[in-house]
Amino acid sequence: MEPVLFVLFATLALAGGLGVVASARAIHSALALLMVLGALAGLYLLLGAQFIAVLQVIVYAGAIVVLFLFVIMLLHMATGEPATRGLRPRRAGATLVAAFFLAGVLFAALRAPGLADPAPPPPEGFGSAEAVGRLFFTRFLLPFELASVVLLVGIVAAVVLAKGALVLRAPAAARLPAEVEAKVEAVPR
Amino acid sequence: MTVPLPAYLVLGALLFSLGAVGVLVRRNALIVFMSIELMLNSVNLTFVALSRHLPSMDGQLAVFFTIVVAGVEVVVGLAIIVEIFRSRATVDLDEVHLLRG
Repeated sequence: MEPVLFVLFATLALAGGLGVVASARAIHSALALLMVLGALAGLYLLLGAQFIAVLQVIVYAGAIVVLFLFVIMLLHMATGEPATRGLRPRRAGATLVAAFFLAGVLFAALRAPGLADPAPPPPEGFGSAEAVGRLFFTRFLLPFELASVVLLVGIVAAVVLAKGALVLRAPAAARLPAEVEAKVEAVPR
Repeated sequence: MTVPLPAYLVLGALLFSLGAVGVLVRRNALIVFMSIELMLNSVNLTFVALSRHLPSMDGQLAVFFTIVVAGVEVVVGLAIIVEIFRSRATVDLDEVHLLRG
């Protein structure tokens, strides 16, 4: 049963990943990303990480993808991007870089000794919210508290950026062309 | 019958490479951003798979912190993208080159 589910989720994740990268429109990429995140949550369940799986669904699928969708809606981007303009060499180069990286990682991952051994059975309560929480409030207390500081910094930064009070006026020489300027004025703030 | 660890590692590497191609090829800032999320998630998968293999829960805690940082990163990054769109009326990364030397 487990291999069947693994193949199912892995296929979904890879198809979603392709969709994120290859979609012409941002909204399709966002929906493909949602598929990847859901498939990964399933894989986390297979790996006995229930807490992380739930967190993945709540935070990633629930919050982050919705944020992406909101921004896509705000920018109401009908445009994708010009398909051909100078992309060919870049695309070939990028694919080459990624292929080299992939080959290197696969070489390292598949040659390392002991990786293919069957994993020992996990201890009782492995990956449960109780076990994760216990670790957070003992060995990982300082990083856990620091995470809340990072979240606070994020909230403050988002508020400051959204208020728009810090927008710097470009000097006259660096002003945008008139037709772009007009487009900017047309964007509702 | 369980799935061997290398299967998860290969899947993680494939997803990471896909995300890297997306970051390098795509010019739409939002799609580049989603590709970065894809790369973060592939690393999370590797963490969880190794955590199950060892078995030790430290990897799962690393994933928790990755998710926290990714959440903050998305909030700040999307706010910056919206600001860029307000001032430049584009999210094409090739058009945003004020800091290019």
